[in-house]
Amino acid sequence: MAAASALYILDLKGRVLIWRDYRGDVPASQAERFFAKVMEGEGDPSSHAPVIFDDGVTYLFIQHNNLYLMTATRQNCNATSMLLFLHRVVDVFKHYFEELEEESLRDNFVVVYELLDEMMDFGYPQYTEARILSEFIKTDSYRMEVVQRPPMAVTNAVSWRSEGIRHKKNEVFLDVVESVNILVNSNGQVVRSEVVGALKFRTYLSGMPECKLGLNDRVLLEAQGRSTKGKAIDLDDIKFHQCVRLARFENDRTISFIPPDGAFDLMTYRLSTQVRPLIWVEAQVERHSRSRVEYMVKARSQFKERSTATSVEIELPVPADATCPGVRTSMGTAIYAPEREALLWKIKSFPGGKVRYLKIIEKSGYQALPWVRYITMAGEYEIRMS
Amino acid sequence: MSGHDSKYFTTTKKGEIHELKEELNSPYKDKRKDAVKKVIAAMTVGKDVSMLFTDVVNCMQTENLELKKLVYLYLINYAKSQPDLAILAVNTFVKDSQDPNPLIRALAVRTMGCIRVDKITEYLCDPLQRCLKDDDPYVRKTAAICVAKLFDINAELVEDRGFLDTLRELIADSNPMVVANAVAALAEIQENTTKSIFEITTQTLAKLLAALNECTEWGQVFILDALSMYKAKDAREAENIVERVTPRLQHANCAVVLSAVKVILQNMELITSTDVVRNLMKKMAPPLVTLLSSEPEIQYVALRNINLIVQKRLNILAHEIKVFFCKYNDPIYVKMEKLEIMIKLASDRNIDQVLLEFKEYATEVDVDFVRKAVRAIGRCAIKLDRAAERCINVLLELIKIKVNYVVQEAIIVIKDIFRKYPNTYESIIATLCESLDTLDEPEAKASMIWIIGEYAERIDNADELLENFLESFPEEPPQVQLQLLTAAVKLFLKKPIERAQEMIQVVLNNATQETDNPDLRDRAYIYWRLLSTDPEAAKDVVLAEKPVISDDANQLEPNLLDELLANISTLSSVYHKPPDAFVSRTRVVVQRTEDEEEDTEAAGPGEVSAPVPEHLRIERGVGTPGGLVAQGQHGQTGPSTSRTPSVASTSAAPPAAVSPLGDLLGDLMGLDAPAVVPEEPAMPAKPVLLTASAGQGLEISGQLVRRERQVYYDLTFKNNSGLVLDGFMIQFNKNTFGLLAGAPLQLPAIAPGSSASTLLPMNLFQNLSQGPPTSLLQVAVKNQQQPVWYFADKVPLHALLLEEGKMERSAFLETWKSLPDANEVSKDLANAVISNVDALLEKLLNNNIFFIARRHLAATNQDALYLSSKIPPNTPLLVELTAVIGFPGVKCACKTAMPEMAPLFFESMEVLLKP
Repeated sequence: MAAASALYILDLKGRVLIWRDYRGDVPASQAERFFAKVMEGEGDPSSHAPVIFDDGVTYLFIQHNNLYLMTATRQNCNATSMLLFLHRVVDVFKHYFEELEEESLRDNFVVVYELLDEMMDFGYPQYTEARILSEFIKTDSYRMEVVQRPPMAVTNAVSWRSEGIRHKKNEVFLDVVESVNILVNSNGQVVRSEVVGALKFRTYLSGMPECKLGLNDRVLLEAQGRSTKGKAIDLDDIKFHQCVRLARFENDRTISFIPPDGAFDLMTYRLSTQVRPLIWVEAQVERHSRSRVEYMVKARSQFKERSTATSVEIELPVPADATCPGVRTSMGTAIYAPEREALLWKIKSFPGGKVRYLKIIEKSGYQALPWVRYITMAGEYEIRMS
Repeated sequence: MSGHDSKYFTTTKKGEIHELKEELNSPYKDKRKDAVKKVIAAMTVGKDVSMLFTDVVNCMQTENLELKKLVYLYLINYAKSQPDLAILAVNTFVKDSQDPNPLIRALAVRTMGCIRVDKITEYLCDPLQRCLKDDDPYVRKTAAICVAKLFDINAELVEDRGFLDTLRELIADSNPMVVANAVAALAEIQENTTKSIFEITTQTLAKLLAALNECTEWGQVFILDALSMYKAKDAREAENIVERVTPRLQHANCAVVLSAVKVILQNMELITSTDVVRNLMKKMAPPLVTLLSSEPEIQYVALRNINLIVQKRLNILAHEIKVFFCKYNDPIYVKMEKLEIMIKLASDRNIDQVLLEFKEYATEVDVDFVRKAVRAIGRCAIKLDRAAERCINVLLELIKIKVNYVVQEAIIVIKDIFRKYPNTYESIIATLCESLDTLDEPEAKASMIWIIGEYAERIDNADELLENFLESFPEEPPQVQLQLLTAAVKLFLKKPIERAQEMIQVVLNNATQETDNPDLRDRAYIYWRLLSTDPEAAKDVVLAEKPVISDDANQLEPNLLDELLANISTLSSVYHKPPDAFVSRTRVVVQRTEDEEEDTEAAGPGEVSAPVPEHLRIERGVGTPGGLVAQGQHGQTGPSTSRTPSVASTSAAPPAAVSPLGDLLGDLMGLDAPAVVPEEPAMPAKPVLLTASAGQGLEISGQLVRRERQVYYDLTFKNNSGLVLDGFMIQFNKNTFGLLAGAPLQLPAIAPGSSASTLLPMNLFQNLSQGPPTSLLQVAVKNQQQPVWYFADKVPLHALLLEEGKMERSAFLETWKSLPDANEVSKDLANAVISNVDALLEKLLNNNIFFIARRHLAATNQDALYLSSKIPPNTPLLVELTAVIGFPGVKCACKTAMPEMAPLFFESMEVLLKP
């Protein structure tokens, strides 16, 4: 088993903003070598693979806003853990300072060091639950004279929720958000399509509530001997928030959990069924002279008349050196946005998985109100042109 | 929640330190706290604030947790530079470790463990002992990690104080987080010791599996990684482990998922039921696919791992090739890895779809990606016989687009396709020739020339085409020159027309007279002599049938693959290299052999560094284009993250065919000086430099030794591969002592399962590197059958010390005094011990370290030994060893005009003074 030697946060010029040494075998100055390596490849440093080796030291890094977050190690450490940890550091800092950037780091460097001390020990990731961390590590404005103690949750089996939470009104909001990813090749064939869904919870429940969620999951319904005609779906791959009892799900497919307080993603899933794109786009390219290109783009809807899609956005990548593109549209408006490159769609109302029930049980036996709504979003639509 | 700490960064006036000092000693609490914050801010931007040590430590005794944490942070960074002052902090630490607040108790042990100062370490033991048994799990989990910290600083202390036992007891702790940290600590300690301290038994296994369900996501990773080291007793136990681990595949944390995959794959090896295995493979596919919707950095690691997994168990993802199709906005490093996996998953069933994708990629903007896509098409052609024609058609379509680098890349892969399927696709040569003028990259040019030479008899104007290239022969890069030479010879042998004869004259003249490239010259001479002595033999050699090539994409050597799979999710699996190849952390030193003692007696006078005869140096270059040049750029331990197919393309004559001409070439090749030493089984094993798993079955062990005033590289080559290995060559990178082989490496062909040894004479100061001295010696070895192997060795300074190092007592004293004090460097060798002075002196004498005097220091019961030696070329190095006889710990001080050599000398002494 191996761990990180030190964690660095650098600005885009390679200056060290934060350096936390964990093992004393990679000095602060080593960041220079890392930065030189990142800059070595010509062009865009963000195209550099996130694992760099140089002279016995491995650097694992991610980029966020105007910052590099990087860990250095001399050992064979768990690369997935390290990179994921860096992303968690970003999440925690964002929870604390709203946005993680050079200015917010400088403004809060004392808390930053406190957090880094708590989140990682001797290079091993320890604890990254932002909500619980903020119970005992506070920024200046919230700091109290009372000496803080580590909340039970830090070492408890239920490490994501503190005890003794009280809400006047006990409510749960559940959004089922599904996004559709589609890849269409230049012949107009759908090469790949999948639905990626997430169950986004916002829970405001008192005490330690036991929740149980039922879905129209085919495997479960069949196991219970119910008819699955028409209303069941195959969930290809389900990923659960750490609060869900995985062993229990493996046994009898029930989703039982004690939720964290506030917003979290209970589960994500993937359906790789054939999905017909709701809006079909065709493009023709005509080259007029050496420097003039004309794109002719047609969009056509493929869903029922009585539903309408709102806020649809189509983005056409144009070469970076394009100047003064002229546009004509038969519907809506189009503008040239030099800073963007992606094709992006927004489509509402699209059928998907159904929540059958959501049960909440707490010792005190209060009544809780579950609210469920369904949202469908476009994920990545990629349509290639010939 | 936002702070205003940036104001602490603003004071940069002169006299700042003085001001800070005053503020740190202010009677007001708030002022002191602000001052400490300013100090930390200064530290963060890299200013040296170590001179404020005493003042900062004075602020340590405080009720204010925030202030305390800041002072602790300061201590971690500066205690090492102020070891004597650091002791001031000990009292507070010990007191804090008994504080009623668990947060403070944990903070105290956590910080103490990070302060790598011996004096503090001693005081850490008692608090640590208490904290390991603390009532609060938060303190225990912190103490568990602290044991690993202490082991890193002072391993003996950990063993002596019984911390390992306490740590093992924590595996049964009621709190899952404590269990997880104890597992992490034990696993780390196990990696750094040769003793068995962390063995998973049936009982511990049950506890680990139970804790897995309860602990935090990071803790689950620790436990899974530890479980992956455990070898199940039988299929039943393996199935049981897998059953308990499988639910982890549903975890949202990708690190948990990959570590679970690792454990499952390890145990699958033991499971006999095909149903169970099939079922597991089915279960593993969706989580692996979902890893591709995580953050791009994680995707990259996942893809590198999937690359390994499909090499072992292709079926897991055989039907999922679509998920590896590149998205236009994938970062380039993700695209490259996806491409690699697509090649692995390409099959007759999906090749049409895959080719459509590759064709799409070949028209994108990123040049490297486009090139790789074109290469991928070629690799698929070589991999799938039935799809070869379709691949060729796609390549031809791409050539028609006339994008220069696409054309060149296509020609390179078409050359490989020609080699794989001879006499099948020659009809397209005409199309290729159309692009002849646009080629400007050496590899593409060389490929095209190879095609012309290979099919000279079918290309009507082959002579004309080659002639075009010949005009610029002297300016061409070596790669192209070599191909031109061979192609001209092929043309001559196939079509001995007048023009070909003229051409060959020109080429041979050019390649022998006008060039200073030894590779080219040697190959030209060989051809020349072959052609003039026996043209039929020349035909047999030059036009010989070529070995079949295959796509090497699936060919990680099985042992290496298994080792890498056992390391899933770690850096090793990202680099596709075993951990030894890149881990640079100093470990427990492997026991060095002591055979240097035997025959290092001083002999008659002799040149220490004879110049290498010119022809010997040239000889090493034969047949290694690139190999020699490359080592300057490649660090041999540096894992490269991308692999390119290495399909042999030249038709250089194999050495076996040349040997009848030994008389002619003997002087040139240096074949007549056998220096092969028969294997001596009695010799103690030399350190292994290249493991069999890293060297595709070739194991190289060796070390530098000194015999009769000459440095030799004592090398043993063991062949565990399935091939006969021959044509060994060796080269050294620039190094501190300029070590370079004094003769060619003389080894016979080594049959599978056998080994051979040699003593390679080494010369000094031939090959000097710049920069501070290091003992690093980077070596490259190659043979005819395998790629070039790179490995690193350590130069033992004692193998280089001169026989003339003996000094008179008076001269010793004088030299010692004449050198400035700054030239004295000392080091405590903690693990060294002097038990028998006479034996030691003899051993040192054999290594050219000469005894001058001995003194007993009654006050400390220590003995001091004074010794002299001489570093080549001619620098005396004086030594004082101080130790209590029979007890571990030797202080080694040395004084020399080249104090920068001291660290190397200490390394040597650590070896020589090993108990």
